[in-house]
Amino acid sequence: MTIPQKISSGISRRGLLAGGVSSGFLLAFHMPIRSAKAQATDAAADFAPNAFIRIDGTGKTTLIMPQVEMGQGIYTAVAMILAEELDADFGQVVLEHAPPNEKLYGNPIFVIQATGGSTSVRAFWKPLRVAGASARAMLVQAAARQWQVDAASCSAAGGQVVHAASGRKLGYGEVAEAAGRETAPKDVPLKDPKDFTLIGKPLKRFDTPDKVNGKTKYGIDTMLPGMGFATLAQCPVFGGRVGKVDDGAAKKIPGVRQIVVLDDLVAVVGDHMWAAKQGLEALEVTWDEGANAKINSKEIWEHLRANSEKPGVIAKSVGDIAQGLAAGERFDASYEMPLLAHATMEPLNCTVHVKPDSCEIWTGTQIMARVQSEAAKAAGLPVEKVTVNQHMIGGGFGRRLEPDMVVTAVRIAQKVNGPVKVVWTREEDIQHDVYRPVYRDNISATLSDGKVVGFKYKISGAAIIARWLPPAFQKGIDIDAVDSAVDQPYDFPHFQVEYVRVEPPVVPTGFWRGVGPNNNVFAIESFMDELARKAGKDPVAFRRAMLGKNPRMQAVLDLVATKSGWGAALPPRVGRGVSIQPTFDTSIATVVEAEVDSQGEVKLRRVTIGVDCGIIVNPDTIVAQLEGGMVFGLTAALYGEVTVAKGRVEQSNFHDYRMLRINQMPKIEVHLVKSGEAPGGIGETGTIGGPPALRNAIYAATGVALRRMPVDRSLIAEKKA
Amino acid sequence: MTTTLTINGERKTLDAPDDMPLLWALRDILGMTGTKFGCGIAQCGACTVHIEGKPVRSCVLPVSAVRDRAITTIEGIGDTPAGAKVQKAWLDLEVIQCGYCQSGQIMSAAALLVATPNPDDSDIDAAMAGNICRCGTYVRIRDAIKRAASERQS
Repeated sequence: MTIPQKISSGISRRGLLAGGVSSGFLLAFHMPIRSAKAQATDAAADFAPNAFIRIDGTGKTTLIMPQVEMGQGIYTAVAMILAEELDADFGQVVLEHAPPNEKLYGNPIFVIQATGGSTSVRAFWKPLRVAGASARAMLVQAAARQWQVDAASCSAAGGQVVHAASGRKLGYGEVAEAAGRETAPKDVPLKDPKDFTLIGKPLKRFDTPDKVNGKTKYGIDTMLPGMGFATLAQCPVFGGRVGKVDDGAAKKIPGVRQIVVLDDLVAVVGDHMWAAKQGLEALEVTWDEGANAKINSKEIWEHLRANSEKPGVIAKSVGDIAQGLAAGERFDASYEMPLLAHATMEPLNCTVHVKPDSCEIWTGTQIMARVQSEAAKAAGLPVEKVTVNQHMIGGGFGRRLEPDMVVTAVRIAQKVNGPVKVVWTREEDIQHDVYRPVYRDNISATLSDGKVVGFKYKISGAAIIARWLPPAFQKGIDIDAVDSAVDQPYDFPHFQVEYVRVEPPVVPTGFWRGVGPNNNVFAIESFMDELARKAGKDPVAFRRAMLGKNPRMQAVLDLVATKSGWGAALPPRVGRGVSIQPTFDTSIATVVEAEVDSQGEVKLRRVTIGVDCGIIVNPDTIVAQLEGGMVFGLTAALYGEVTVAKGRVEQSNFHDYRMLRINQMPKIEVHLVKSGEAPGGIGETGTIGGPPALRNAIYAATGVALRRMPVDRSLIAEKKA
Repeated sequence: MTTTLTINGERKTLDAPDDMPLLWALRDILGMTGTKFGCGIAQCGACTVHIEGKPVRSCVLPVSAVRDRAITTIEGIGDTPAGAKVQKAWLDLEVIQCGYCQSGQIMSAAALLVATPNPDDSDIDAAMAGNICRCGTYVRIRDAIKRAASERQS
């Protein structure tokens, strides 16, 4: 079953490219789609030279998206890269979700089929260009053969092969079938970036026209005939089980169809979510809370702090750290990061129809193939009997890199006759997240002549990689937890990074936008500001003097200093803070200007960002990701903390797990550096620079060196005389 | 019980309990899924619809309270001059990322422009602070409202 979802707003690629709006052209998203096999059968005559491109006899060019769209603009970027080398008519391309297929669509960085880690453009840049160029070469060759001319005398543009000498032209559709008989070239030449016609332009996104009128179908919008609507409660204490259930009152709620009781959760299925929610509230559940009910945030922090004093595994060593720490004046500090929830705007959900010999799933996930295999395990079916229908995602941020919401939905659906949509309440979403881990960072450094001599940085925290991608967890080092520590940009003569794996008791931990680098950059950049003050140096000048081997970073720092008005006088209790980051192969410098009132409330005044992410595919998307990431990071810095009492999460919804709102956000200026280097990652980068830059702005405004997030107002309120 | 609602100018008859929030009547009974569930306690604004042109949070508004009153949802807002201008400005400035909250953002913005045709920053703050965007599109929302307002006069 292919459900074409057509845009009827009359806005076409072509119209958008021309800067105007034309009518009558339909841009189709084929979704959900089923499997590569199903595609092949109805496409025998199509030219499908690889897993990413399919051109039919009419010239319709379908581009298959290996990475999922969750707002980061990747569909548009992937389409631009493919169409660039293919020389397709960009106004006419049609996009399709890739099916679960790790072999065809595995992320070259992770190997598995996953969208995360700011990897999409970095990982697929080369393979997509080769796919596009190779298909183009085959189309050109087929046309040349038909014309009996040398392929080298032909060119291609806008979905046509052209033989300039004779003025002949053939549309890609006209040579599609013949191109299928050509051999894919080896070592196909790629375009010189100066010849790019699409890459580098701020082209309009494919996914947004249907998002202004309610037409986009997210997983939560799945509607199937006869479907039940369910909501669930897992034991409030992590790891607890269901004890007794009295469903007498719940069954009396009008619209309640069924109560599902599993060993660790209960769910109510109704005619609609309202019945399910009311039914769940009426259900009297006695939980068997288990030993975890004794755990509080206090124990989690004590456990982390105690373990952080142990020696770590050395993740990077430059020079001689013992010698470095013996030279000059020594300073030590520790920084801490709290547990965080994701709170994607689209609450977790999954629709499942379990039949005796198959299982069909409708959801939006960052890990299609893993969801398929985990669902198969839960349903006791072979993988090929599980169909996954991917949807647009209403926010991922790493939460949808986990399959738990799919597995629980399958387990519930096994008890239900017919399809059932399981939607988590916001409370369940906040209280049963897979949390950004707590981290503690112990840093020691020495200063001599205003420069750092030795810098020892020990990170303690959960090893998410060890659970999520075990083959990548080698020698006791979590490559994510130390990512932006080992890559730090400064010329420290003696430098060492250590890692101590500390899994917090009870609380499940996972990826979160910028997870490891968030922690690394916060600790390093906070400490660098403290060191600058010890050295009596301006924070920008102090950093700049140690970036001699990193001209790209030095350039973005200079850029942001100029653009932010660094050094200009500010009123009392207003400060500017700077932060630099080498994250995901992208160099970024951020300046946040903030005011701290007498009560310790922080008012954001201005944000300035300089970024060098190498070759830019779509500059407007880069700006949007940095703007949005900044809000995400500053939200965490100002409000983000999940706490645990008696084994359960204390926060439950947006009233006590707060978000920044529009009235709190000042202007964000993003300045892009033109570069010919390979593309860097961008999706998580904006989130990373905000917290340390804000922390340093508060330091400048108040003189208080905050050492943990979120901002503690009581520490920065004006002291009464 | 049987209820009749007027949604986007059309009368719709449905079987819904009196206390059922309008959100679930729209989504789960009428299949109008453009209006989104975000929090269920009127804290995030994803479920914003208009009642007689005023923005309300449909997740806490029982259907019994909106009989005989004109309901407008994201599916119909493009038929109003303010809604169409807002939608166009949203696309012109490429406001949207994941888009999940944007139905609510657009509904709040369209209501603002009807009440205050030339909103300044504080008007925008007051009207839009109830709508959370986790992707952080606030800067562009502000610009797009101003763009839509300026187009209204042209």
